[in-house]
Amino acid sequence: MNNKPSVGKRALSFLGDNLVPIMFIIICAVCIPVSGFSASYLINEIVTRMGRNIFLILCLLIPIMSGMGLNFGMTLGAMAGEIALILVSDWQIWGIPGVVLAMIVSIPIALLLGFFCGKLLNMSKGREMITSYIISFFFNGLYQLLVLYMMGPIIPIKHSSIKLPRGYGIRNTVSLLNMRHCLDDALAITVGGVKIPVLTFVLIGLLCLFTVWFRKTKLGQDMRAVGQDMDVARDAGINVEKTRIISIVMSTVLAGFGMIIYLQNMGNIATYSSHSQIGMFCIAALLVGGASVDKASIGNVFLGVILFHTMFIVAPSAGAKITGDSMIGEYFRVFVSYAIITIALVMYETKKRKMKSRLGLQLQADQAAEEAAGKAGAQG
Amino acid sequence: MNDNTLQPKSFGERLREGIASFGLPRLIIAAFLLLLFIAAPFVGANFLTQISNVVNRFSWNAILVLAMVPMIHSGCGLNFGLPLGIISGLLGGTISIELGFTGAMSFVMAVVIATPFAIVLGAGYGWLLNKIKGGEMMIATYVGFSSVSFMCMMWLLLPYHSPTMVWGFAGKGLRTTISLEGFYDKVLANFLPINIGNLSIPTGTLLFFAVLAFAMWAFLHTKTGTAMTAVGSNPTFAKAAGVNVDKMRLLSVVLSTWLAAVGILVYEQGFGFIQLYMAPFYMALPAVSAILIGGASVNKASIANVIIGTFLFQGIVTMTPTVMNSMIHMDMSEVIRVIASQGMILYALTRKTEGGKK
Repeated sequence: MNNKPSVGKRALSFLGDNLVPIMFIIICAVCIPVSGFSASYLINEIVTRMGRNIFLILCLLIPIMSGMGLNFGMTLGAMAGEIALILVSDWQIWGIPGVVLAMIVSIPIALLLGFFCGKLLNMSKGREMITSYIISFFFNGLYQLLVLYMMGPIIPIKHSSIKLPRGYGIRNTVSLLNMRHCLDDALAITVGGVKIPVLTFVLIGLLCLFTVWFRKTKLGQDMRAVGQDMDVARDAGINVEKTRIISIVMSTVLAGFGMIIYLQNMGNIATYSSHSQIGMFCIAALLVGGASVDKASIGNVFLGVILFHTMFIVAPSAGAKITGDSMIGEYFRVFVSYAIITIALVMYETKKRKMKSRLGLQLQADQAAEEAAGKAGAQG
Repeated sequence: MNDNTLQPKSFGERLREGIASFGLPRLIIAAFLLLLFIAAPFVGANFLTQISNVVNRFSWNAILVLAMVPMIHSGCGLNFGLPLGIISGLLGGTISIELGFTGAMSFVMAVVIATPFAIVLGAGYGWLLNKIKGGEMMIATYVGFSSVSFMCMMWLLLPYHSPTMVWGFAGKGLRTTISLEGFYDKVLANFLPINIGNLSIPTGTLLFFAVLAFAMWAFLHTKTGTAMTAVGSNPTFAKAAGVNVDKMRLLSVVLSTWLAAVGILVYEQGFGFIQLYMAPFYMALPAVSAILIGGASVNKASIANVIIGTFLFQGIVTMTPTVMNSMIHMDMSEVIRVIASQGMILYALTRKTEGGKK
């Protein structure tokens, strides 16, 4: 009996487990030379985008740990961040103090939204993902109600550069010019023509350390237990509902911070659309890095951001060069983002089913063995 | 004496039970629509015009909502993958025009051409959904998204030449909106229309929907249809009774996809334009919320749900802009629509009823 799988089998299973990243490496390898971008331009762009996006993507890790799947509800955190930034820019507080204040203001909003989201997800166990996806749409409606109608008459907004000419509601874009790159430029160093936003990366590093540390705490262990099996966790005396709510609240608060970092890099807020796509792109990037619905690591985040954004930068121009139509590349990258999420979800579900049927067979075999033993005992 | 004190209590209880079974959000939405209808004449909106608008929009959308029914019956959940069927319909419509059909014939041919696409795509989609039982809704959503964005490339690349459809200067690549004038614009609506003053009823479209709805109702009462419902309510039992679960689910997905294809063609003939590229992207959500508003749940739906739901949903969509605008001079209709429709989906998803699905 040889229990060790053969080399070929192991290679195949490695391929199967890492199908998505490998596909992406191939796409990037084909597109980079075709696009004709210089290496320094590409590296510069990727480093910028890493600083912009990684914090946001890291906030997805905690709900995955507690078995709640990909948190499409991170959009709620992004909304909290945006509301905070709108308020802070109306108060005319700029630069790093403005960013810090925005983060502080976003916390209570994110806590509230995260709590609602967690409550709703507890009511829909087993279909958290589709529910959190619809939650993001639903709260988008509430967000519009708040920003478009209540900001002005109910929540005082002073400056006409932010307010719509009609007297209430927020303009389509809110300029963050005085806040633009304030985190990125502080302590930035340039290495070989590539600007590295050190402070942003320090923040990201801190969040990574926090995530690693958090996994080892009592609460982190509880979350993993809940993620493994809710019933077992409940029997072990863990308050499952509360743990799940905490995990979503943490994710939402972190997403709020992440959105503020993202927007200070962008330099303006598209009031009604900045947050709408953010969940989709973050989730796609995480999945590209080889994460799945129930397992994700910090390594997946970094790899995912690099691969996904490389594709994002090169696809339009590569598409234009290959087909002669610039729109093809644009559509191609959108298609790839969605296709990646689809493939990852399908792979996760088929794996789950396989595990389940294997477990079923195992149980059956155990039962048969037990019965046989019982019979033997009775006869003896 | 005792009876007297008990009587109102039991009535109150019955009322509460009635509300519970009807669903509070549904009640709120129905009451809101009623309020809009009452308020309409006071703010100067013509009542009959409003009714015609609602009925017209009902006739455009009803079949897309009907497409939800088979998959809910077979336990595949809400069909968030509706855009896949819509794409089949779009292919049918554009190819029919490309082949040079005009007038009513172009509509017939569009349905005929869309059918094989819907069957093939629906079969593939159904096969996929059979592999991932339990996670249908999320994956359906993304199947829809991927197929729409894939077709965005195809609309540019496929060899369409008809001058009414392609970009004028490039001579290739389909336009984002294609006018249906001279093709199947209002072909169904203009069949026996009723026009009395401000009231206009698209009898043909309503009849077409009625025929399909009746066919669906009849199908659900055939042996196959009953088997499909059995699969949805209790797959283990259905399997024990000798029903091929996977085959039933596949059939329901194909049916749903085909209905979506026909639904979008009917929508287009009412609307007067074909919308391509990103237009089908979020088309599943209004249909999903419409059937839920009509009283369906994640695993139970009837034709009545379709009719009530489409009427309520389209009623709110059409009435809110006119009434709200003239009442408070604020266009809050979009926000109200988003909150009401997404809230309804959310309500349905957070119900505990899972049926026999485990």
